Amino acid sequence: MSDYVKFTDEMKKTHTILVPDMLPIHFKMFISIFACDGYRMKLLRNDSRAVVDEGLKNVHNDACYPALLVIGQFMDALNSGKYDPDKTALLITQTGGGCRASNYIFLLRKAVEKNYPQVPVLSLNFSGLEKGNSIKMGLPTLLKLVHAVLYGDLLMTCYNRCRAYEINKGESKKMLDKWVNRLCNLFRSDNKKYMKAKVVYNDILNDFSSVPVTDEEKIRVGIVGEIYVKYSPLANNHLEDFLISEGCEPVVPSLMEFVMYCAVTSFNNAKLYNNVTMSSRIYRIAYRLLYTKQKQLIKVMKDHGVFEPPHDFEYLRSLADKYINQGVVMGEGWLIPAEMAALAKSGVENIISAQPFGCLPNHIVAKGMSRAIKNDNPDVNIVAIDYDPGATRVNQENRIKLMLANAKTPGSNKRSG
Amino acid sequence: MSKKYSLGIDVGSTTVKTVIIDGENNIIYSEYQRHFSKVKETVTAQLELISESFPGDEFSVCITGSAGLGLANSAEIPFVQEVHAAFLAVKEKQPDADAVIELGGEDAKMIFLTGGVEQRMNGSCAGGTGAFIDQMATLLGMTSDKLDELSLHAEKVYPIASRCGVFAKSDIQPLLNQGARREDIAASIFQAVVDQTVSGLAQGRSIEGKVLFLGGPLFFLKGLRNAFVKTLGLDEEHAVFPEEAPVFVAYGCALYAASSGDTFTISRICEKIRNAHASDSIVTGEPLFASHAEYDEFIERHKKFDLGYADIHTYKGDAYLGIDAGSTTTKLVLITDDGRILYHHYSSNMGQPLDRIAEQLRRIYSEMNPDITIRGSAVTGYGEDLIRSGLSVDHGIVETVAHFKAASYFCPEVDFIIDIGGQDIKCFRIKNHTIDSIMLNEACSSGCGSFIQTFAMAMGYDIAEFSQLGLFAKHPVDLGSRCTVFMNSSVKQAQKDGATVEDISAGLSSSIIKNAIYKVIRAKSPDELGKNIVVQGGTFLNDAVLRSFEKELGRNVIRPAISGLMGAFGCALYAKEHCTESSLISAEELEDFSYVSRSAQCHGCTANCQLNIISFGGGKRFISGNRCEKGSGTAKKNNVPDLYEYKYNSIINMNNGQPKNPIATVGLPLALSFYEQMPFWQTLFTQIGFRTILSDESSRGMYYLGQHTIPSDTVCYPAKLTHGHIENLLDKGADLIFYPCMSYNIDEGGSDNHFNCPVVAYYPELLLANNTRLSEKNFIHPYMDLNNRKNVIRVLANSLKRFNIKGRIPAAVDTAYAALEKYHRDVTDKAAAIVAQARAEHRNIIVLAGRPYHIDKEINHGIHKLITSLGMAVITEDSVAHLAQTPKLGVLNQWTYHSRLYRAAEYVTTQPDMQLIQLVSFGCGIDAVTGDEVRAILESCGKLYTQLKIDEINNLGAARIRLRSLVAAMQQA
Repeated sequence: MSDYVKFTDEMKKTHTILVPDMLPIHFKMFISIFACDGYRMKLLRNDSRAVVDEGLKNVHNDACYPALLVIGQFMDALNSGKYDPDKTALLITQTGGGCRASNYIFLLRKAVEKNYPQVPVLSLNFSGLEKGNSIKMGLPTLLKLVHAVLYGDLLMTCYNRCRAYEINKGESKKMLDKWVNRLCNLFRSDNKKYMKAKVVYNDILNDFSSVPVTDEEKIRVGIVGEIYVKYSPLANNHLEDFLISEGCEPVVPSLMEFVMYCAVTSFNNAKLYNNVTMSSRIYRIAYRLLYTKQKQLIKVMKDHGVFEPPHDFEYLRSLADKYINQGVVMGEGWLIPAEMAALAKSGVENIISAQPFGCLPNHIVAKGMSRAIKNDNPDVNIVAIDYDPGATRVNQENRIKLMLANAKTPGSNKRSG
Repeated sequence: MSKKYSLGIDVGSTTVKTVIIDGENNIIYSEYQRHFSKVKETVTAQLELISESFPGDEFSVCITGSAGLGLANSAEIPFVQEVHAAFLAVKEKQPDADAVIELGGEDAKMIFLTGGVEQRMNGSCAGGTGAFIDQMATLLGMTSDKLDELSLHAEKVYPIASRCGVFAKSDIQPLLNQGARREDIAASIFQAVVDQTVSGLAQGRSIEGKVLFLGGPLFFLKGLRNAFVKTLGLDEEHAVFPEEAPVFVAYGCALYAASSGDTFTISRICEKIRNAHASDSIVTGEPLFASHAEYDEFIERHKKFDLGYADIHTYKGDAYLGIDAGSTTTKLVLITDDGRILYHHYSSNMGQPLDRIAEQLRRIYSEMNPDITIRGSAVTGYGEDLIRSGLSVDHGIVETVAHFKAASYFCPEVDFIIDIGGQDIKCFRIKNHTIDSIMLNEACSSGCGSFIQTFAMAMGYDIAEFSQLGLFAKHPVDLGSRCTVFMNSSVKQAQKDGATVEDISAGLSSSIIKNAIYKVIRAKSPDELGKNIVVQGGTFLNDAVLRSFEKELGRNVIRPAISGLMGAFGCALYAKEHCTESSLISAEELEDFSYVSRSAQCHGCTANCQLNIISFGGGKRFISGNRCEKGSGTAKKNNVPDLYEYKYNSIINMNNGQPKNPIATVGLPLALSFYEQMPFWQTLFTQIGFRTILSDESSRGMYYLGQHTIPSDTVCYPAKLTHGHIENLLDKGADLIFYPCMSYNIDEGGSDNHFNCPVVAYYPELLLANNTRLSEKNFIHPYMDLNNRKNVIRVLANSLKRFNIKGRIPAAVDTAYAALEKYHRDVTDKAAAIVAQARAEHRNIIVLAGRPYHIDKEINHGIHKLITSLGMAVITEDSVAHLAQTPKLGVLNQWTYHSRLYRAAEYVTTQPDMQLIQLVSFGCGIDAVTGDEVRAILESCGKLYTQLKIDEINNLGAARIRLRSLVAAMQQA
C-alpha cells in the first residue's frame, strides 16, 4: 500500500477543494465559512450518468450506494478536465462509527491513487480521525458551522413548505436563493452579525411567509433514512421534486437532529459501557449548547406561528426509548425510528424511509422498527425505498405512488383488530 | 346522446389489458394480450379494435400498471396505482373478501381488507413472479403451460430458494443436471413462488378468511393455484379465483376512471397515446460499429482463429472425445490426433444432459468410419460426475483446467481467459503458464448468457436474430450492470422511454460485459488483464457481446471460432495427453443404455441431505445431493483433520455445570456472536445458578420456523436464521432468552477499533420489535462491553435484578472470562495439532476464513467437508490470527472479526503449504471492504485468493469448481 499525499498548509493557497453534493443549501454556507479560514472549496453539481459509471468502475459493487456516488462524482469531476489535478484536493466526511461509512475515505483514496496520485484527500470529521489530514477547525469556525446548520435547516423547512403551496411558480426558489446568498455573505464578512440568530430567524420566517400560497390540503410526506440518500437529490432521484410534482408536501427532518444524535452518542456510550472520558464530557457540554440553540429556534418558530418547528431533541430521545435503545449508534441508529415516530405523532402519516440497497444499520433501525411504529400509530404508512445504481426510478416511484394511493383511501390502514 | 362508458387500460410488464364498463359498473368489453415490450403499439391496436365497436362514444379513461406510469404521464391521461386499482375492483366485485393475492408479470401484491386495510407490494429485490415462471420454463425448455401440466404429476417438492429468481435458478440448475424428475422440479418452482409471496409480503400477518387470487399466472396455472391453496390451508369456499381475474386490475382502473370527469372518444385517446412523447431521460452509448466496413474488418480478424476439420466418415486413425456438460448447454467435440475436428455439437441440454450426450454418442458411433478408434475421453462441467459414471468416461477434469488447455492451444502466451457461458462467468489470470487467479461470478449475478436468451424470447425473437439486431443500433441504452432482476426493470424503463429493440439488444450486450469486467473481474484498467486475452463460451459467439467487450477494454481480443466448445475441446486435448486404454461406453453398451432416477433421504447425519439416485444397468449408480461422502454410497472414512467440525462440536455440546435447583431456565440462541461467546454465557449463567438451554442446530426448517418475523429480506442469512432459533427456544420452554447488544466486540489489539458489525451488534432490538412472543420480560437484551469487567457486572446486576442474585455475579463473571479464554486456547492448540498432523501427512492446509457463525452447518453448507474430501486440512481464521501482526492496510481496520481476516491472511503468506479461502455471506456489506483487502495481502505475496459467497442456497456446485480449480492451481505452482 503506497503512502498517499497529505494536504499541507501551503496547499490552501494553491488548491481548490472539491466538495460532494449532499445538502446543497447547507454545504454552500459551509464553503463560505471555510473560505474565512483560507480553504478554497467548490461544491460539485455534476449528476450525469457518468457519475454512476465512474462509481461502478472505481468502487466495489457491494459497497453502498452513497460511497459509489460520492466517489463517482469526484472521479467524474476530475475526468472532466475542469480541474487541474495538480491544484485540486477532495473533501469527504467521516462519522467514525461502526458503519461502513467510515471507510469511504479509504475507498476514495484507492480510486484516486490509480489515476490522480497527486490529488490529496481530506477528511471532515469531528472524531479526531485522520489527524494532520483533515480540515482544521477552531472554535469560531465551529460556532459558525452550528449556525449554518440551523439556518440551513430553517431555509429547508420554509422552502419545502412554501414551494408545495406557492401560487407563483418559482417564487420560493427565488427566496431560497436570495437567503443562501445573503447568509453566505454574512458568514464571509468579518462582523459577528451571524450570531444574532433570533433576528436572522425572524427575517427568514417573515420573508418566506410573504410568499403567496394556496390553502389547499396536501398529503404531507416525511423523508427519513440514511443521511446521504435522504438529502442528496443525486442519490434519491430528486425525491423532493417528485413529491412536489405528485401534489405532496415533503417534510424533511433537519440536519441538526443528526448533529445532535452524533453528539449524544459519545456520552450515551460512556454511560452504557462505564467508559467516561474527557471527550465524552466535552460532547455532553457541546450537546447542551446545541440543544439550547435548537430550543431557541423552536421557540422563535412557534412564536412566529407560520411554519412548523423541528422536533425538540429531548422529545425525540424519549420517543426513541419506546422502540429502541439509544445504544444503537451505527449509521443513523436510533434517530430513524425516533424521527418516524415523531413524524407520525405530528400528523405526517406517510413516511418514506430512503436507504441504500443492503444498508446494514437500516435492516435494524428502519425496516426492523417499522412494524413496532405502525402498531402504535395504525394510521401511518411507512414505505422503505432502496436506492442503488441498478434500481430504476419507475420501480421507486411506483412504490411511492402506492403509498400515496393508500393515503387517499378513506379507512385504509385503520386497524380495527 | 351517447352512453357514458369508462375505459381502464392496464399496462403490465408483459401484458396489456383493457376493460370497458357501463354506467352500472358492468364489464361490457375486455381484452388481454401480451405486448412483447411493444407497449404503445399494443395499446393503440387494442384501442382501434374498441373504436370499431364503439365509434363516437365518449369514454372516461384511466391507465394503470407498472409500465403504464410513463405512458400515462406523457399522454396526459389519468393514472391510478395498480394495487389501488385492484383494491377498488375487489370492493366492487368481491366485497366480502378478506385478503387478495395478485401475481403479475413482475410484481407480487397483497391486500388485506379486514382487520385494517393494508396494500403491499414486493420490494425491488424480490423479483420473479410471472416473469420468473417464464424464465424457469425456458430453462426447462418448455412453455409455462407445459410446466403447469407437469407440476400436477409431482411426487415431491425440492427446497428452492424463494427469495429471488436468480437464487431459485441456481437451486434448480443442479437438480436438473443431477437428473431430478422434471415433474418434481415444476412443482418446486411453484412452491417457491408461493413461499416467496407469503414470506415476503405477509411478513407475519396471517392470510385468513376468503382469499381472492388475481393476475395472469394465478388464473392460467393450475399447479400454482394448488400450491397456494394448499400452503394457505384454504378450502374451496375460501379460495376464490374470479373469472375476470386476468383483467381485474383493468376493471378497477375503469372504476377509477368512472369517478373522474373528462371524457374522450376512443380515437382521441388513441391519438393522445400515439403522440405521447417519450421522455429523453434514457442514457445511450456509442454504436458498436460505426460502419459496415468496420464490421467486416472485425469479422475478418476473428476468422483467423479457427481449427481444421476432418471428415468423420473418411478419416482413419485415433480420435479423442471431449464433453462439456454445462449448466444449460451440452458441448461435445471429437478431435483427431493433430487437433482437427471430426465432430462437434452444441445444444441446450433441455434439463436432461445425460440423455443429450448419450444421444450424441450414438450418432458419433453410427457415423464414424470403422477405422477410427476413440483412444481417450474426458468430461468437465456441472454434469461431470453424472456423465462420467453414466457413460464410463475416462477422465473428469475441472472446467478451469479444460479451458486453460483449450485457450493455450490458440494462444500459447495467453495472459487472461474469460469465459461467459449460460450461467457462469469464469475468468482466469495466467502467470508463468499456470493459472494464477480465478474469478467466478457470484450466485447473485448469475444471469449472464442465459439471461440474454430468455430476454430475446420474451421479446419474441430467437437469440441469433436478437443479438444481430444490436450490431448496428444507433443508440445502445445503458441498462446498468446489476443482477437480472434489476436489468429487467431497467429494460422496462428503457422501453417505456422509447428505446428500440435494437438499442436494447446492444445495451444488454454491453451490460453483460460491464458486469463481467467490473463485478466479476473487478478490473481497474484494461492493462490489468494483460496483452493476450482469449474470450470464449457460447455467449461470445454473439458478435455484439464480443464487440462490446473489445470496446470496453479498448483493445482487440482473440475469439476462437469454436468459442462455445472450448471446454469440450480442452477435455479432448486432455484426453489425448493422458490416453491409455479408453473405458468409454461402447456402441453396443449404448444400445441398451437406460437409467432410472429416484429420490431418497440420507440419514448419515442430521443434515438429512436430499439424495437423488440414478441407477444405470448392471448395478451401477450415481448419487448426488449429498454434501459429504457419507451419502455417496462409497463410504470411506474421511480422516482429514478439520477445525470447523471441532469448533462446532465444542460449541453445540456446551452443557457444563447445570445447577441442581435452577433459579430459572435461560435460553441462549445458537446464532451470530454466540458461536464464539457461548462458553462465556453458558458458564456465566450456570455459575449464577440458572439452567441453560441452547437452541437446536440450524436447518432449513429452523429458518422457516422464524421466517414470518423477518422484516428485512436482504439481511444476511446468518441473521435471518436467528429468528428461527428464538422461536425454537420459546418452544423449548425457556423462561427467558438472553441476548446482549454489543456495539463493541473484544479488543484483540492491532486494529483501529473493535466494533461488531451493525447486524451482530443490534440484532436483538430487531428480534424484539418483530416477534410478538417476545417482551421486555422474557427477552433480556442489555447493552454491555465485554472489555470492561466492571461494566459487565453492573449491567448484569441490573438486568437480572428480579432474581436477586447480585452477589453471585462477580465470581461468575470471572469464571466465565476464564472459560472463554480456555475455549480460545483450546481452539488455537487444536489448530496447531491439525497443522502438525497435516504436515506429517503432507497435506495442504486451508485457512477457511469467515466469522465465528460460519461454523454453522446450515450457513456453510458443509464447505469444510468438501475441502477435507479433497484431502486438505481445514483450520479457521481465529486460530491463526494471533500468529501474525496486522499488515499495513488501505482501509480502516475497525471490526474485531474482520481484523482477524487481515492477520490470518498475513500469516498465510508466510506458510508455503497454506492457502486462504474467504467465506462471505451474501449481503455482508462489510466484506465488500475486507474482500479486496484480503486479496491484496495474499496476492502481494503470490498467494491465491479464493472467495466463496454463501447464502441459503444449498448448491455447492460453484464452490466445488472453485475448490477443485484451487487444488489444480496449487499442484501446478
